[in-house]
Amino acid sequence: MEFVSPEGLRLDGRRPMEMRQIRAEIGVVAKADGSAMFEMGNTKVVAAVYGPREVQNRSQQLNANALVRCEYTMANFSTGDRMRKPKGDRRSTEISLVIRQTMEECILTNLMPRSQIDIFVQVLQADGGTRSACINAATLALADAGIPMRDIVTSCSAGYLNSTPLLDLNYIEDSAGGTDVTLGIMPKLDKVTLLQMDAKLSLDTFENVMQLAIEGCKAVADYIREILLENTKQLQYRRGT
Amino acid sequence: MLQNRSYVKRTRGGKITKVVREHYLRHDIYCGAPVCKVCDTSQARLSATASTVLILDTNVVLNQIDLIENPAIDDVVVLSIVLEEVKNRNLSVYNRLRALCSNSLRKFFVFSNEHHKDTYVTDMSGESKNDRNDRAIRVAAQWYQTHLAGSVRILLLTNDKENKRKALEEGISAETVESYVRSLSRPDLLDLLVHPASSEDVIMEEVEDLRPSKKKIVYSEHKPLSEITSGIRCGIYHQGKLRVNRYNPFEAYVGSQSLSDEIIIYGRANMNRAFDGDIVAVQLLPQEQWHEEKSLAIADEENEEEEGVHLVPGSADDVPRTTAQPQDSAGETCSASSRPSGRIVGIIKRNWHSYCGSLEPMAKPAGSGGVAHALFVSKDCRIPKIRIQTRQLENLLDKRIIVAVDSWDCLSRYPSGHYVRTIGQIGDKDTETEVVLIENDINTRPFSTQVLACLPPLPWSVSSADLANSVREDLRQLRVFSVDPPGCKDIDDALHCTALPNGNYEVGVHIADVTNFVLPGTPLDDEASQRGTSVYLVDRRIDMLPKPLTEDICSLRADVERLAFSVIWEMTSEAEIISTRYTKSVIKSSAALSYVEAQARMDDSRLTDPVTTDLRNMNTLAKIMRSRRIERGALTLASAEVRFQIDTETHDPLDIGMYQIREANQMVEEFMLAANVSVAEKILKHYPLCSLLRRHPTPTREMLEPLLRTAAAVGLNLDISSSKALADSLDHAVGDDPYFNKLIRILATRCMTQAVYFCSGELSPPEYLHYGLAAPLYTHFTSPIRRYADVIVHRLLAASLGIHRLPTVFQDGPQLNSIAENLNYRHRNAQMASRASVELHTLIFFRTRPTDAEARIVRIRSNGFFVFVPQFGIEGPVYLTPRGEKGSGEWFVDEQQQKIRKMDGSISYSVLQTVRIHLEIVEPQPNRPKLELKLL
Repeated sequence: MEFVSPEGLRLDGRRPMEMRQIRAEIGVVAKADGSAMFEMGNTKVVAAVYGPREVQNRSQQLNANALVRCEYTMANFSTGDRMRKPKGDRRSTEISLVIRQTMEECILTNLMPRSQIDIFVQVLQADGGTRSACINAATLALADAGIPMRDIVTSCSAGYLNSTPLLDLNYIEDSAGGTDVTLGIMPKLDKVTLLQMDAKLSLDTFENVMQLAIEGCKAVADYIREILLENTKQLQYRRGT
Repeated sequence: MLQNRSYVKRTRGGKITKVVREHYLRHDIYCGAPVCKVCDTSQARLSATASTVLILDTNVVLNQIDLIENPAIDDVVVLSIVLEEVKNRNLSVYNRLRALCSNSLRKFFVFSNEHHKDTYVTDMSGESKNDRNDRAIRVAAQWYQTHLAGSVRILLLTNDKENKRKALEEGISAETVESYVRSLSRPDLLDLLVHPASSEDVIMEEVEDLRPSKKKIVYSEHKPLSEITSGIRCGIYHQGKLRVNRYNPFEAYVGSQSLSDEIIIYGRANMNRAFDGDIVAVQLLPQEQWHEEKSLAIADEENEEEEGVHLVPGSADDVPRTTAQPQDSAGETCSASSRPSGRIVGIIKRNWHSYCGSLEPMAKPAGSGGVAHALFVSKDCRIPKIRIQTRQLENLLDKRIIVAVDSWDCLSRYPSGHYVRTIGQIGDKDTETEVVLIENDINTRPFSTQVLACLPPLPWSVSSADLANSVREDLRQLRVFSVDPPGCKDIDDALHCTALPNGNYEVGVHIADVTNFVLPGTPLDDEASQRGTSVYLVDRRIDMLPKPLTEDICSLRADVERLAFSVIWEMTSEAEIISTRYTKSVIKSSAALSYVEAQARMDDSRLTDPVTTDLRNMNTLAKIMRSRRIERGALTLASAEVRFQIDTETHDPLDIGMYQIREANQMVEEFMLAANVSVAEKILKHYPLCSLLRRHPTPTREMLEPLLRTAAAVGLNLDISSSKALADSLDHAVGDDPYFNKLIRILATRCMTQAVYFCSGELSPPEYLHYGLAAPLYTHFTSPIRRYADVIVHRLLAASLGIHRLPTVFQDGPQLNSIAENLNYRHRNAQMASRASVELHTLIFFRTRPTDAEARIVRIRSNGFFVFVPQFGIEGPVYLTPRGEKGSGEWFVDEQQQKIRKMDGSISYSVLQTVRIHLEIVEPQPNRPKLELKLL
């Protein structure tokens, strides 16, 4: 199938190096300590963070660090065909783990020993790149909860189809069977915290695809920073200082 | 720049789901006209001086693609919605349109109207998909008109009346294709026009008065698609691809997945307007009709079969399948009555393309310039005659032309089509050669500039960097030489043989290092992989790689340093391989010998120079290897290859002779086989799943049936239980004359299928077997200049030695498979083309030289027999009863003994008997020369 036309347009009208429209909102779950909604095109996720709070299961308590837990779920209505998915299936367990590890890397857990941080992410609408969207949402929610972090983590996916590196795959491109690289970076520290790839790529094409994904992550980081800044300004305004 | 809108509903798999897709509308899509002042003109394709820019409607593209391909139609804007619709309707037209759009000589511009912010149209409620797309086309045309206001005229070409009316209402200038072509005042273009069904009806009515019988229904109506799909689902109909018998257009086969056996379709009425290669729906006939149909078909066959003189078939693939035999049934013989036969009820997908041929001879029309109807006869006899309309009949009568099919309704006996272009005079050598090339889908276009840009600059020589490269061994001091046919310019293999102090020999096969210049993923590589192989015609060679590579840079010529890929063995004097080494190398050939020269040197006992000694040593080794191979059961098959002596000025053939095989040929062949086998082992060891190998399937009993029958008739008993047994019994088949054995071998060869390339991941190891060579593994490594398969194998070998990384294609199973498929297809076409070329030259040769010759009877028919003329390598029918005179009853065929006998018993002919015949060119119809064989 032709995913990039000879005119250089993808199926949805983007060019290969373009991301989908992104949108974010902070404070969507009033009850949580921090929360955020993040959209990448038609992919829409909500993240809620609770903590740092007391460790619920004492046996898991860590004396030097905070315990970070993460739960990823997909709403039953998130895909076109509505079906009931069992909780804790392989895929969501894996994504939960990935998000937990990625976020744990940037949280200064040593500042909060014997405490627990819960991150809940839920996909409301899925159209490819849910992993990336979840990480971005989780970052915003953690920032909203005021949890100390080394840097923000931002994520973006890139793929390789029709011999062209493509940024931010949507569902059709994702399910085309080509390579899909999901990357998470800490833009200020210039460090990679997450790198996943399914299918194979030769080393030089991988470099290109990876570079493209890094560009994407940086673009997301700029946007997230903007949102956080605006949010802070609003808080400042509300406080009246 | 990003605007997010649009959603689409889609159904799939019976369930209805709502699918939401993003659709971005853009500001940065430009109009493509260089005169435009607003848009970015760097990507503009339209010409600056164009007075009219055409916008095509989908129906115009679908029906008139031949016209659009004509250079007279230019400055066209192709809308993306049109492209999309065409893609969904007809992929081959889409590919042709895409080729036009990417051709830099043509001024076709693709305008992505669906993603342009001003030309995107949202669906209106109650509007059909078609109406919406028509509206989108009009909106885009409107946009162009206002955008380029004044500077150029925008013209919408549409054959849809409604669309045209609406366009005119909206103030867009629109015309039908016909009126536009008429306004160009080019009568030759009018021939290219496909007449839409409505105007066809008018013509039919005019004709009706003259030939009222024409109006009757010839074929049964095709079933509607909905009925076909439901019929296939519940098992009444079977879906499959129709394959028409190459030698009998009234017999066809459909291989269906829902039925284990192939379904036979007899006769045009049952074929119901289907063409070869169409995907069809078949209904089985009731069982009691199966046998009856069969016998009817034989009578039919003998009536109609056009049996000309042909070259001797090279393998089973070229032989007419007289006894219908399933290719995959494992051994058990099934009688004709148990073979399901059926009739076609509908055509799911047409395989129409354009065909080469000529018009059926007819009286020249009285008045010239008017529209005339003519029947077109394709060169490929599987294709029925095609009715065309032309205004230039007198020009076309003696020409080879290309015709495309447009439609075939059930009222007409023949499909109707239109003229595409003229190739040239019938019988002219260049024209006929071109026909051969077109028929076999061989690309003869010169290499594009992108491809040529991949070549290293000339004059090229081995650089110090090549010598310094650690993976490249310096073998320049070795006494390397090459042995090839005389006049060979693309030398891709060379040999060396050195006696070692321990009494063993070091033998090396050095193959041109083509992959050093053809890098994966470059345009050069893509082109080569498309072409697949070089094609050798009698007077011409069509290269796979550009000439500088084939004849200079890669060719292992004498006394120049060249890059090579070498396989080096250490062998004992008993030709046992002790060790094998593979390396890239630099060599300097000391002599480029021809087979004749090499043979002469070996035979001349006075010569004791080093090269001759090497040759003799190698020959000794080769003989041992050969005998060992034959012991393993390799078949020595014979072919009746012929050589022409060509006049250097007129390029007409002067003489034909059998190709003589010398010991030197066999020697070189032996080492090439050994190298191929060694390489096959190496690459398979490293890449068990993605190696490209070559296999030769074991022939089934049915395939060898004709050979057995013939052999039995002359009292010979062949054992076909294994290749070894067959090889032995072939060796023992010695008749009273010296040619007998060769004849039997030729007959055996044509019972075999051809060897094919395949990807090792596709089959299980026992299936890798090469039957003819009795080798469990085989591949092609030794001719990378002229075969792409060898290029792939070179890359695999280089990767297995750690020299290069394996290109990414090899990780993609389906793609590798499609490459192998393409190679098989190209390889086969190349062979067919060479055979056709030889046939053509035989015809030219006999044109001025009626000859008498000795021939052998190979097949008995009810009204004559087929003879094989060894001297010229041709085969053809000899009629005992004049053609057309049916059921003379004078001759009687004895199937068992393969004899044809005169009723009174005075004369009888049996198979393999020698007869003398007279060969002469006759012209039963003007411009249709034919070689006729007559008994003396």
